[in-house]
Amino acid sequence: MKFIVCVKQVPDTSGVVAVKADGTMDRSRMATITNPDDLNAVEAALALKDQNPEAKVIVVSMGPAPAEGMLRELLAMGCDEAVLVSGREFGGSDTFATSQIIAAAIAHIGLDEDDIIFCGRQAIDGDTAQVGPQIAEKLDLPQVTYAIDLKLEGDKLIVRRQLEDGYMTIETSLPCLVTCIKELNVPRYMTVKGILESFSKPYQVFDYNELKDEPLIELDTIGLKGSPTNVYKSFSPPLKGAGVILDGSPAESVEKLFAALTEKHII
Amino acid sequence: MVKFENTNPADFHGVWVFCEQRGGEVNPTAYELLSEGRKLADDLGVELCGLLLGDNVKDLAPAFGGYGADRVLVCEDPLLKEYTTDAYAKVLCDMVMEHKPEVVLIGATNIGRDLGPRCAARLHTGLTADCTHLDVDVAKYKEFLKSTSTMDVEKMQWDMSDKGLKMTRPAFGGHLMATIICPRFRPQMSTVRPGVMQCAPFDQAKADACKVELCPVTLSESDLKTKVLEVVKEAKSAVDLIGAEVVVCVGFGISKDVKTGIELAQQLADALGGVVGASRAVVDAGWLDASHQVGQTGKTVRPKIYIALGISGAIQHKSGMQDSECIIAVNQNGDAPIFEIANYGIVGDLFKIVPEMIEQLKK
Ligand SMILES: Cc1cc2nc3c(=O)[nH]c(=O)nc-3n(C[C@H](O)[C@H](O)[C@H](O)COP(=O)(O)OP(=O)(O)OC[C@H]3O[C@@H](n4cnc5c(N)ncnc54)[C@H](O)[C@@H]3O)c2cc1C
Ligand SMILES: Cc1cc2nc3c(=O)[nH]c(=O)nc-3n(C[C@H](O)[C@H](O)[C@H](O)COP(=O)(O)OP(=O)(O)OC[C@H]3O[C@@H](n4cnc5c(N)ncnc54)[C@H](O)[C@@H]3O)c2cc1C
Repeated sequence: MKFIVCVKQVPDTSGVVAVKADGTMDRSRMATITNPDDLNAVEAALALKDQNPEAKVIVVSMGPAPAEGMLRELLAMGCDEAVLVSGREFGGSDTFATSQIIAAAIAHIGLDEDDIIFCGRQAIDGDTAQVGPQIAEKLDLPQVTYAIDLKLEGDKLIVRRQLEDGYMTIETSLPCLVTCIKELNVPRYMTVKGILESFSKPYQVFDYNELKDEPLIELDTIGLKGSPTNVYKSFSPPLKGAGVILDGSPAESVEKLFAALTEKHII
Repeated sequence: MVKFENTNPADFHGVWVFCEQRGGEVNPTAYELLSEGRKLADDLGVELCGLLLGDNVKDLAPAFGGYGADRVLVCEDPLLKEYTTDAYAKVLCDMVMEHKPEVVLIGATNIGRDLGPRCAARLHTGLTADCTHLDVDVAKYKEFLKSTSTMDVEKMQWDMSDKGLKMTRPAFGGHLMATIICPRFRPQMSTVRPGVMQCAPFDQAKADACKVELCPVTLSESDLKTKVLEVVKEAKSAVDLIGAEVVVCVGFGISKDVKTGIELAQQLADALGGVVGASRAVVDAGWLDASHQVGQTGKTVRPKIYIALGISGAIQHKSGMQDSECIIAVNQNGDAPIFEIANYGIVGDLFKIVPEMIEQLKK
């Protein structure tokens, strides 16, 4: 039994966000973090492992070499093995190509009858929430997105899936893919023991050569060339022209406000 | 699986809208997307078609005509009663492969964002996530850029004959806008953020003229690897943020007296005929439930009047309300970023300002 968790390293968009003159992000000037939802995905896997100690938790990330630091931290949290998928051929991938490559990496690791793949719902940089369902499609697995609760019952996984106006409870066969949101759990911290052990845990890098014989990997399904979508233009969002500050005592400023709103027929 | 030939745009015609329903209730995104789809179909000179999946749902179809659909394709099957990824993805993909639309729009609801990527992957095409603006006509796209960016649009090179779908969306938590295209594959697919596209007025004559077609469905139990055990609607009075004309939104600035702060907001909302929203800080603190949250991970609203009380104006909050027609901000910190987008600002203590507003509105 394996729990494979897909984890992305992302720029911290809640901190300083650096935009270059051409409208693209200057990632080199931004701090990187583990994508928040992905920490919930890791916690979901570790919690299931707590109940099924024979299971193995493998974290998989596609990205440049520095993502190794993040993967080591996840090993220190308690994950058993880490795989970094990295190669020039993979650069510029949209979600179609990204999911193609990650699906190939998972196929390369090998999927058993009782395995579960965990993803975050959404990465805070690309913000698409598409990679999880697309990995599931490419591996022909059932998917459950927006998980807020899950339990393993025999050979079935019971997942509570969040909806805007409530929730749905879904039973799925294994293997399957689940995308996790922050309501699911509270991620644990690394322990000192975990940090010490993390350096002796298996860590592998899959480059293009390692994966090229996987049926999913073809030059026209990966990287920029294999991406159906292209960025046509990108730009900073508009700032509304600064408005009017209404000063004076509370009574005066509120009077000014309602006078302006009445004059403009807003109320 | 059958190979779907989709690299020749000339084979694909028409704009489709996936009309989401749950338990026989139409999701408002269906009407919003049909209204928007109508404009795209007119610019392309093609048909606008609604796609409706469910069990016993065909009576919902004519209304789609009232929002712009020329035709509605209805797929009915007992296995489509509750949404499951497997059943809905199969039927949607089968329909696309058979009818070959050039554009497919799906509401970016929790269901749409489950279904869209699954289908795009199966159809081998691109999907643009959570769009807030769509164009096919280059001249219109240029106008859009002029009004929303600082780019020197006239100095750029344009192919005015390009009729590809230009799908604009926020990324990086709203710090960046990107326009995405899908030039090589069809259909061009996008999920569209709920509450962003404006509904056209309902047109009874168009509803009467709309063609409704029942389409055959090939679906069996063995196609479904998941089972829906229950669907629970949370009974708590979910606020209708998206439909409201006035939203009074409270932020962490109410922290010194949460109960009074929420009461004041409610009274102000009542006086203006509106509803109460909240920033994520308020929801995370457990002061109001998540159905109130406005912003990137909450709801997008564009009311006539948006009043921010004690909200700093983080980018993730702004991205959910910055298109409101009139933004009024009350914050004791004159440097709060919310003032950058507010039409009217009052620097002061909300616990003093709001009672004054309620008082003056009573007169
Ligand atoms: C401005 C901008 C806009 C974009 N818009 C689109 C678009 O509309 N459509 C499109 O197809 N592509 C788009 N892309 C490309 C897209 O961001 C990348 O393909 C990205 O690698 C994956 O998408 P995401 O960040 O949205 O991830 P999401 O789909 O939001 O991620 C969901 C989950 O998938 C897993 N995951 C995602 N990426 C990785 C990874 N590298 N390694 C391990 N696990 C991972 C994680 O568990 C994550 O929580 C855009 C890129 C930019 C810069
Ligand atoms: C991935 C991600 C997604 C997010 N999604 C969302 C989202 O959907 N929606 C959202 O809102 N946030 C979201 N956030 C959080 C966002 O970054 C901010 O943390 C949040 O919006 C802050 O809420 P706030 O303005 O209420 O609180 P604060 O930032 O704490 O601001 C409180 C404000 O109240 C003012 N104030 C204090 N006392 C008074 C008083 N007595 N009278 C008047 N003013 C007073 C202060 O000056 C301050 O400006 C997200 C963050 C991340 C990282």
